[in-house]
Amino acid sequence: MSISIEQVNKRFGNFVALDNVNLAIKTGELTALLGPSGSGKTTLLRIIAGLEQADSGIIRFNNEDITGQHVSERGVGFVFQHYALFKHMTVSENVAYGLTVKPKKFRPSKAEIAKKVNNLLELVQLGWTADRYPSQLSGGQRQRIALARALAVEPKMLLLDEPFGALDAKVRAELRRWLRRLHDEIHVTSVFVTHDQEEALEVADRIVVMNKGRIEQDGTPEQVYDNPANPFVYEFLGNVNLFHARVKQGQSSIGDLQVPSPEYTNSEEQDGLAYVRPHEIDVFNLPQPDAIKVKLDLVTIVGPAVRLEVLAESDQQLIHIEQPKEQFKQLNLKQGDTAWILPRYTKVFLGEGI
Amino acid sequence: MSQSAARSVIPGFGITLGFSVLYLSLLFLLPVAGLVLFTFKMTWPEFWAAVSHPQVVASYKLSFLASFIGASINAVFGTLTAWVLVRYTFPGKKIVDALVDLPFALPTAVAGIALVTLYASTGWVGHYLDLFGIRVAYSEIGVVIALTYIGLPFVVRTVQPVLADFEKELEEASAALGASRLTTVRRVILPAILPALLTGYALAFARAVGEYGSVIFISGNMPYKTEITPLLIVAKAEQYDYNGAAAIGVVMLAAAFILLLMINGLQWWASRRG
Repeated sequence: MSISIEQVNKRFGNFVALDNVNLAIKTGELTALLGPSGSGKTTLLRIIAGLEQADSGIIRFNNEDITGQHVSERGVGFVFQHYALFKHMTVSENVAYGLTVKPKKFRPSKAEIAKKVNNLLELVQLGWTADRYPSQLSGGQRQRIALARALAVEPKMLLLDEPFGALDAKVRAELRRWLRRLHDEIHVTSVFVTHDQEEALEVADRIVVMNKGRIEQDGTPEQVYDNPANPFVYEFLGNVNLFHARVKQGQSSIGDLQVPSPEYTNSEEQDGLAYVRPHEIDVFNLPQPDAIKVKLDLVTIVGPAVRLEVLAESDQQLIHIEQPKEQFKQLNLKQGDTAWILPRYTKVFLGEGI
Repeated sequence: MSQSAARSVIPGFGITLGFSVLYLSLLFLLPVAGLVLFTFKMTWPEFWAAVSHPQVVASYKLSFLASFIGASINAVFGTLTAWVLVRYTFPGKKIVDALVDLPFALPTAVAGIALVTLYASTGWVGHYLDLFGIRVAYSEIGVVIALTYIGLPFVVRTVQPVLADFEKELEEASAALGASRLTTVRRVILPAILPALLTGYALAFARAVGEYGSVIFISGNMPYKTEITPLLIVAKAEQYDYNGAAAIGVVMLAAAFILLLMINGLQWWASRRG
């Protein structure tokens, strides 16, 4: 089922939650709505589900205008951050709920419901929990039950609101890989909301980056990560170092360093901001042409990686660098030493940035 | 036990238990024991005669039935009131919220007189009910109304906080799964508030069984018809028949205790799940 969102606006009092949002989601895609809190991503998801009404604009499912339809008629599966399982029902009663509330003539027989519930519990690998109550399960298990419950009614689409937000890091990573595999298995059109860029990059077919009620960029994880459309997306998708740059006719100068910026070939000399990711900087223990001379201010070993905080000798600017531990060991450098750094990849945006 | 008490983060199990037992004994257990002891002065046939007199039996029926009906009415409309107070904002909401506690604060006799004035065949409301041949004052209906009035706050105040804490997401989850509004209320909201509702019901019922002041004005106190049991106890005590009063008291005590135990059992059953 494809989803089309056309010129949707939503305000809460004076707060603009969604500002003229247009978005089309293809059948079978797993889309992530990514953004900081207050960016409107959850509001958009709730408007798609029908849990919230847009002030203006149209929502279409498969080209059919369903803007006025009640949530119970839209046939969407919704998964909440805090699971929203019915506490007084057992796991299998929870999963069966959507089937048992159907009007009599559409309701499957008891045996059919039981069979379906069993199949779904097997699908989420929690068959043994059927007779337990939600309070007896861990967070990760509850969320998988919530997912099974949403899938029981064979929804046209699956909408997930920060589904892993309440879980601890390890369960989170496990569950998102599991969700990805599940989606590859059942191919239901899915939209999930997250503020975790890693989660979006890992799980989604497509990422929609939102900020202040607008869509900043919309593309595959690779497109969004490698070619951020603007400084906001660049900063939001990972750690970043910022440098002041002068841009002139396809060249940017960052201090003494010259980097090609072919996208600004025809520009007059103007200010810009250069973005460099911490892991896209090379470190040397000997002087290199054009390299920036720095002092190693702080060396932190984080498992297999080394995080460096270095100060540029010229203007004392703080620069963050990340390297594999092995590579750093070979340089034979320690805290307090002098080193030379060179950005491997730089992205320059014109103007004073965000 | 002493070991676990020693290990507990917050000490003082011994002293708090001791104080609780003393406190409960002085305020509660001793009077009740005294009541039971009083009846031991009677022989068994005397006791049986006192508690099984047809006039007394008629009063049991009225007291328990009217309390049951009153508490049931409160269960429905008290929940509705709690719902309105929790879910909606409207001008004067705070005042309505405060008014709910009025039956707690107002002397019951004042309430009784007010109800009579309102529901007597010459009163504002009774006047119109009279046109349909419905007599409220000096009838069983009057007893039920008085007992409903005094029980309302119990249901509202026990259900209100549970409704306020109720996660909106559960309703949304139910709706997203295709349930109608009514189905959501019946299958998701009601089960969640049921333990609190039963507590409120039990409190309202218990209060109604023991109520005296507000009922005696509106009931008319006609023997065999609109006499409640507490009235008979007071009447017997006034005639210095303390034994007879105590005997009826013991029966009420036992009946109320059994009924409350049953409601508590139901409540335990309802809250055990989840």
